[in-house]
Amino acid sequence: MKFSNEEILETIGMIAEGKLDIRTVTLGISLLDCSDPNPAACARKVREKILARGEKLSDKADFVANEYGLPIVNKRISLTPLSLVVPVADPAAFLEVARAVDLAGEEIGVNFVGGYTAMIQKGETAIDRALIAAMPEVLATTQRFCASVVLATTRAGINMDGCYTMGRMIKDIAARTADQDGIGCAKLVLFANPVEDNPFMAGAFYGIGESESSILVGVSGPGVIRRAIEKLGPAADLGQVAEAIKKSAFKITRAGELVGKEMARQLGVSFGNLDLSLAPTPAEGDSVGQVLETMGLAMPGAPGSTAALMMLNDAVKKGGLFASSSVGGLSGAFIPVSEDASMIEAAKVGAITIEKLEAMTSVCSVGLDMIAVPGSTSAETLAAIIADEMAIGCANHKTTAVRIIPAPGKDIGDFVHFGGLLGEAPIMAVSRISADNFVRRGGRIPAPLQALRN
Amino acid sequence: MGKNKKSIVVTVIGKDEVGIVAKIATALAEKSINIIDINQKILGDEIFAMTLLADRANSSLSLPEITAKLKEAVKDMSLNVTVQDSEVFQYMHRV
Repeated sequence: MKFSNEEILETIGMIAEGKLDIRTVTLGISLLDCSDPNPAACARKVREKILARGEKLSDKADFVANEYGLPIVNKRISLTPLSLVVPVADPAAFLEVARAVDLAGEEIGVNFVGGYTAMIQKGETAIDRALIAAMPEVLATTQRFCASVVLATTRAGINMDGCYTMGRMIKDIAARTADQDGIGCAKLVLFANPVEDNPFMAGAFYGIGESESSILVGVSGPGVIRRAIEKLGPAADLGQVAEAIKKSAFKITRAGELVGKEMARQLGVSFGNLDLSLAPTPAEGDSVGQVLETMGLAMPGAPGSTAALMMLNDAVKKGGLFASSSVGGLSGAFIPVSEDASMIEAAKVGAITIEKLEAMTSVCSVGLDMIAVPGSTSAETLAAIIADEMAIGCANHKTTAVRIIPAPGKDIGDFVHFGGLLGEAPIMAVSRISADNFVRRGGRIPAPLQALRN
Repeated sequence: MGKNKKSIVVTVIGKDEVGIVAKIATALAEKSINIIDINQKILGDEIFAMTLLADRANSSLSLPEITAKLKEAVKDMSLNVTVQDSEVFQYMHRV
């Protein structure tokens, strides 16, 4: 036979027990031809383009998932940053277009649309200011449109005024969605060095270097990796563990490549790229934290977590890069707290802290992700936490991000419940030491040195 | 890497009983799906595992329809049936 029994049963086991799935098929759509100074006309053009390009996305994804027996969990849309599409410095215009995007997303059956995005790493335009001013209202009154703001890049440094502004915005968004534990903040990602072809939400936007429309695929499979390590047993050394991770990552990536190419063919668009990120969900067995536990840590956050995560992240990339010539996006392990059963547990018992998470984000993607903190956390402290994470991205030439939720009325010991893929999380402690005067200085932290890096 | 869009892999796993292969083979034949190769073994004492490569070029059924037909054929048995385009295995296990 073309394939051995063992090979076929391995794949079946990966899907049934390892929960191998295609985490997201994201259709990137350029909106550069939808710009119009009349907000109503702009909203109409944007809506029509999303419907024209995306109407078959859901059906085709279901068809491809059935053909290959590989579940496709999410179908999503990523758009050109809206700050490049709406050419008027009026918050009401952004609100109108955002509502049209939200409705169009609902019509074509996607659960998230990314691209309510501004890039202000070096400074804001009047249009960026309008987009940001409308953001709390947009996130509180739309269901699926996700926002992102670029606050830093290695070449520009860190926009500290922007960090402070976003600290205040996060407080505002949390207050407006207080009845749902501040869920609006779960739809906002603050970036250093973002990629333009990320298929994962909430941080996806479709960069201006991309084609008219393309398929971006995010594969996942922390469960598959965990099973491969488990099979080795506790006696295997870390070199052998890395080897097992590589081999599994290769197979996972091949599955994603097949689905991505077929989706692109079915929709008549190009295959943009495959994102190799290991992304957890709250479902049992679908946890990146559990991979670390299988490697030998009692819980994520234990000493050794940063080393274990570096190896995991690196081995996944090495296996995946050989499997596909279209690797892109973020391509690194995600460690969102509220979306990962083992991370939730570790946060609950205090095994993992914001400070340890910050260290771990220096060796993986993406950053301080889905972290709930006391509602009383000040805008200045939020801005300082954001700035720290931006600094890690800037200095290390990598993407980092912050998605933090100051849950209104909640404090240490409380829980927030977002439901669905966003999961639930214990409120984590924030340092009480003030950074207020540092943050209030504002300005820009200059770009870090590119040479003499020893 | 040969690409045959019509080739499918059927996997049947579960409790061993008399007549599983016969029922699956009959159901496939009724829908003009031609068996190309079969691997079958008993794992441990009683776990039945069969992988089967077939050609559906002459069948008008979609994969979900084939899956439903096979599940119907063995519905009184404790078996798990999956049907996938063989390209999945080509991609995952062959460089």
